[in-house]
Amino acid sequence: MSYLADVAALTRKDLRVELRARDTLPAMLLFVLSTLVVFHFALPTGTADDAAYGLLWVAIVFTALLGLARAWVPEQEHGVLDGLVLAPCDRSAIWLGKTLATLVFLLAAQVVALPAFVLFFAPLDATALAGVLLANLGICAVGSLMAAMAAAGRARELLLPLLLLPLVIPLVVGGVGAAISPEGERYLLFLGLYDGVFAVLSWASFEYVVTE
Amino acid sequence: MSGGEYLALAYGVVFVVVLAYVAIIAAKLARLQRETTEILELARSREAPPRSAEPVVQKISPTA
Amino acid sequence: MSSPSDPLTSSSPIRSLPFLAAVAAVLMGLAIVLALVVAPEDADQGLSQRIFYIHVPIALTSYFCFGLGAWKALLLLWREDSRYDLESYVAIHQGTIFGALTLITGSIWAKASWGVWWTWSSNQLVLFLVLFLFYCAYFMLRFSLEDGPRRARSSAVYALFGIVLVPISFLAIRLAEDFIHPTVFTREGPQMTGTMFTAFCVSWTAVTFLAYVLYRVELAGKRLDADLRELREALAS
Repeated sequence: MSYLADVAALTRKDLRVELRARDTLPAMLLFVLSTLVVFHFALPTGTADDAAYGLLWVAIVFTALLGLARAWVPEQEHGVLDGLVLAPCDRSAIWLGKTLATLVFLLAAQVVALPAFVLFFAPLDATALAGVLLANLGICAVGSLMAAMAAAGRARELLLPLLLLPLVIPLVVGGVGAAISPEGERYLLFLGLYDGVFAVLSWASFEYVVTE
Repeated sequence: MSGGEYLALAYGVVFVVVLAYVAIIAAKLARLQRETTEILELARSREAPPRSAEPVVQKISPTA
Repeated sequence: MSSPSDPLTSSSPIRSLPFLAAVAAVLMGLAIVLALVVAPEDADQGLSQRIFYIHVPIALTSYFCFGLGAWKALLLLWREDSRYDLESYVAIHQGTIFGALTLITGSIWAKASWGVWWTWSSNQLVLFLVLFLFYCAYFMLRFSLEDGPRRARSSAVYALFGIVLVPISFLAIRLAEDFIHPTVFTREGPQMTGTMFTAFCVSWTAVTFLAYVLYRVELAGKRLDADLRELREALAS
């Protein structure tokens, strides 16, 4: 199927660009580690472990924002987006390719961040990790669309967090719930619902956002 | 504050917001009036024949 | 030049704006009398319970406006008629204003009932806070994009995201109850008597009419703006 081939090609392009430039991923890694250290100093002694899970999610969200903002910058600056839009592929393939690439970056950052979190703060069980994976999908799916919207305007670095943060609140609830609640599965189901609904919505509406 | 005072505060806020809306519309109406007058002037100045050319022509003929 | 659904004067007198505004005024007067005088006083909360008659209709109307905005947005994307962009924008503008009013009246009611201006355990208040933030970002989005089809379409997509966010956020907030903050404050459910129910329904209708009238007025003003601009450009050339 040529649609999947297009998506694969677009994802590969982003990954290759990053491998050559090597600026986004190291920045995300350093950012998430520094944030975790700041949180240690931000939490007063005697704070419950549960509070740490909340902060983990804040760290994940803001690291994702960093990655998303960087993902669309080369497209906008060099007019690559216009070229992609004119290409004879389904426009939504652009969104899917971008989402998958950002997802890879986020996972790569978390490969370092999650063990660091366990080391510094509190353990993570399977439900918590499943929550992280599901929420990653949601953040990248919705974030790619919002980043594309913001990229067309002025002050796009300011606009992306404003557009994304309210949408991300349910994901944070799901992620933290999966980590600390005894009925973690409910939260995983909710995250799955969020992912399903918003991924489909983002996929379907991407075309309208990028065409003139 | 007593319960009744909170009640008055709540309804009062709604009332004031609606009044503020009316004030904003009044200001907008004033601005629209001003703009319409300007455009009317613009339309009138285009309809009137250009008077600057005539005096020059009339001055030349008596001396000829 | 005027579009078929001219906001100020429509073909039928029933749909004309002055008539609707008069109806809204009468309904509002009736609603206030019913809510403040006729409805029976609550045994527990006393006088401040009557805030319910203005707070809940405003909240429901806010949802209605966001829904209207999302519907116009869908029409814009589907029929590609730029007329819907302004209608969607004005509806969401109304929704945001009524949303802010929901937060304010809700906060006053919270202070009257529980002694605090804000509590995270009131699901409706928290939901409105999230939605309010979301729709404020809508205006930031519109402000940062240049006027044109791209801005119209991006705004429309964002408006659709907003309406989907309503049930999802509601679910999330319900789920968060378990671990975020213990539910300390409760308020009795709507076990309303007949009179209370009538007062509520009239209030709800009145506020909806008010919102619709304000929507039409704002829309008419913005269309006039656009028409005058076009006229000015036509004469200047």
